Amino acid sequence: MELPVVEKTIVINNPQGMHMRPAEMFAQLAQSFESEIKVIRDSLCVDAKSIMHVLTLGASQGTVLTLQAHGVDAVEALEAIAHLVERDFETDETLSQGSSS
Amino acid sequence: MKFVDFVSRDAIRTSIDADSKDQVIRAMVTALLESGKISEEQHESIIEAILKREELGSTGIGRGVAVPHTKHPSVTELVGTVAVSEDGVDFDSLDGEKVHLLFLLVSPPDRPGDHLRALENISRQLRDETFCRFLKQSKAPEDVWQLLEEADNNQFV
Repeated sequence: MELPVVEKTIVINNPQGMHMRPAEMFAQLAQSFESEIKVIRDSLCVDAKSIMHVLTLGASQGTVLTLQAHGVDAVEALEAIAHLVERDFETDETLSQGSSS
Repeated sequence: MKFVDFVSRDAIRTSIDADSKDQVIRAMVTALLESGKISEEQHESIIEAILKREELGSTGIGRGVAVPHTKHPSVTELVGTVAVSEDGVDFDSLDGEKVHLLFLLVSPPDRPGDHLRALENISRQLRDETFCRFLKQSKAPEDVWQLLEEADNNQFV
């Protein structure tokens, strides 16, 4: 049976938007999954696993993005990415270093 | 946020003589000082801030490109510059490759939108192989400026 494409909508909340550090975290998290993952903003569709691609979205605070994943771990992948975005890209590491770009 | 809106034409360098990440960043910030975009008093502070940001994670995002940057309270608008290194500089890039093309950004802390739009423009244009290649082959700052203008006029995407 063919695997379905899984979709999820996320909103960028952090005031700085998805600048380089968040884009890197986003892409690296996406890379940890086998599934093919795309991020869509309006008509722009990019590869979630490439930092450069993700940066082209220019996703500022309030931007709505649609994630699409296809593969055996598609559901997990989208949940993990959504979770990262919901936490405003804060991890233990970023919290201890204060805000950064 | 077009290239001509934030890149300081007089701070573009195409024959950067730098062997290390530290040296190339230093050279680029000095170029901004020489072009009057930052002050003497802030010079070291800006270099330190950029190097500190590199410690969090290399801004060598792959394909021979790096985008070293920092927020800094001394600037009231986004200032940037471009450097081309023919020999390449080791930047701890994510793909392990040396960096030949650098875009350095110093942004005011309260304008995250400008910074984001600059990153968006840089990344969007650099997705074009031709633009990337031409930039890396530039022999003079004027060549770089011309390419940036052409990119702003959507000649590459």
